[in-house]
Amino acid sequence: MIATWWEGFEPYVAGFLDASVVVLVLSICSILVSWIFGLLAALGKVSRFRLLRWLSDFYIWFIRGTPTLIQIFIVYFGLPQFGLRLSPFVAGVIALGFNGGAYVAEIIRSGLSAIPRGQTESAEALGMGRSLLMRRIILPQVFRIILPPLTNEAISMLKNTSLLSVITVVELTLYSQTIIATTFRPFEFYIATALIYLVMTSVISQIAAYLERKFARSL
Amino acid sequence: MTADRDALIRIRGLHKSYGPIEVLKGISLDVHQGEVVSIIGASGSGKSTFLRCLNVLEMPQAGRLRFEGFDFDFDENSRHRPTAADLRLLRARIGMVFQSYNLWPHMTVLENVIEAPIRVAGQPLREATANAEALLARIGLVDKRHSYPTRLSGGQQQRVAIVRALAMAPKVMLFDEVTSALDPELVGEVLSLVASLAEDGMTMLLVTHEIGFAREVSTRTLFFDQGLVAEDGPPREVLQDPRSDRLRQFLKRVLHTDVRRDAGHAVDGSAGAQAIEGSAP
Repeated sequence: MIATWWEGFEPYVAGFLDASVVVLVLSICSILVSWIFGLLAALGKVSRFRLLRWLSDFYIWFIRGTPTLIQIFIVYFGLPQFGLRLSPFVAGVIALGFNGGAYVAEIIRSGLSAIPRGQTESAEALGMGRSLLMRRIILPQVFRIILPPLTNEAISMLKNTSLLSVITVVELTLYSQTIIATTFRPFEFYIATALIYLVMTSVISQIAAYLERKFARSL
Repeated sequence: MTADRDALIRIRGLHKSYGPIEVLKGISLDVHQGEVVSIIGASGSGKSTFLRCLNVLEMPQAGRLRFEGFDFDFDENSRHRPTAADLRLLRARIGMVFQSYNLWPHMTVLENVIEAPIRVAGQPLREATANAEALLARIGLVDKRHSYPTRLSGGQQQRVAIVRALAMAPKVMLFDEVTSALDPELVGEVLSLVASLAEDGMTMLLVTHEIGFAREVSTRTLFFDQGLVAEDGPPREVLQDPRSDRLRQFLKRVLHTDVRRDAGHAVDGSAGAQAIEGSAP
């Protein structure tokens, strides 16, 4: 029985692998983009310039208050009206990255505010300049603090890539739907798809847990 | 106060306000090489702010500061206001130790000590490490060099913080209530390190609540009151024969709590405090 069950899957293994790779590449690109937007927005929030603070606040407010799916539609279907026609993959990465950036910004801001003022002062008192003390004293400590929430953010980013199936990015979710359309076996294939996502998110958790253990010795 | 060309630090008319509150109302002071200046005063008298103005962690609104080759005029319209680069150079020459140690928790003891010598002063790793280990040996913590600060007691952390500042070979050391956050039984080890630096001839300014220690170690005592230097002189004179009522009242309050706190512990403070009380008129 197991043998026949497996025979049903076998023709699709290569396809699942390809689709999983697409999910990974999508996730990595979107996460990197979200870090860039997040860092910019976090710096904007603590900026001396009111306009930048206001822009950051507006960005975070808009992203957190609207559905991710609508944001994806705006980028993929909405921007072409202004002549900006993006491939599904690029539109998806931009939409997810822009979305994740708002959450990353809040994470970075809370991490920065968790570092006591004395850490900066003692570095300044030794003659360190702004960028040196950020690089050597503040950011390494912020990174340790924000690693757990950043991991959660990476995991939800990976899961959110499945939303891109609706703008025809052939990732895991869309791939399994096309198979189901011909095999009529939704239960097995959706379970299989879920398990593949589960493996990937678990790997992220394990990597983060390893990093946390590595840093835990000092805090 | 006449102009003093030989002073290591020369301060004239230092003003500092936070919004409508004027914390420093025009401080002028000369500090000479080798002087150990203790600064006492009630909280809010401006003594910590003054110390933080010396390495410009707080930017005064007016006044002048001369130290080594630096000659700053803090007036807003002055062309001699310090730039960011000036401040980095100035601070590299002035060591400062804080109430809350402020060691960097993500670095080992040794890394804490060699960070500024390497990154700010540009020392080679080998030289910085040898120097740091010698300093750590002096305070008996060389075997803790690969430990993280959280593994150390408060007194050990504060002594490492002092060594971290010393590693830059500063011309002056500023101590901002360095024993206030410590458990009473750990105060002694920090004070004796500060005292040994004084014996070495290090120029120091220390804001302290340890009146007895100020009397033992310093060569000069300032009493800060409402943003001004109210009394200035040798510690025995200032502390045993206060000219103003305000200082007399202040000493009475501080020594009372000192005696109570020291009741169970033999720290440096108690002997001095009792000596002063005994000689009060």
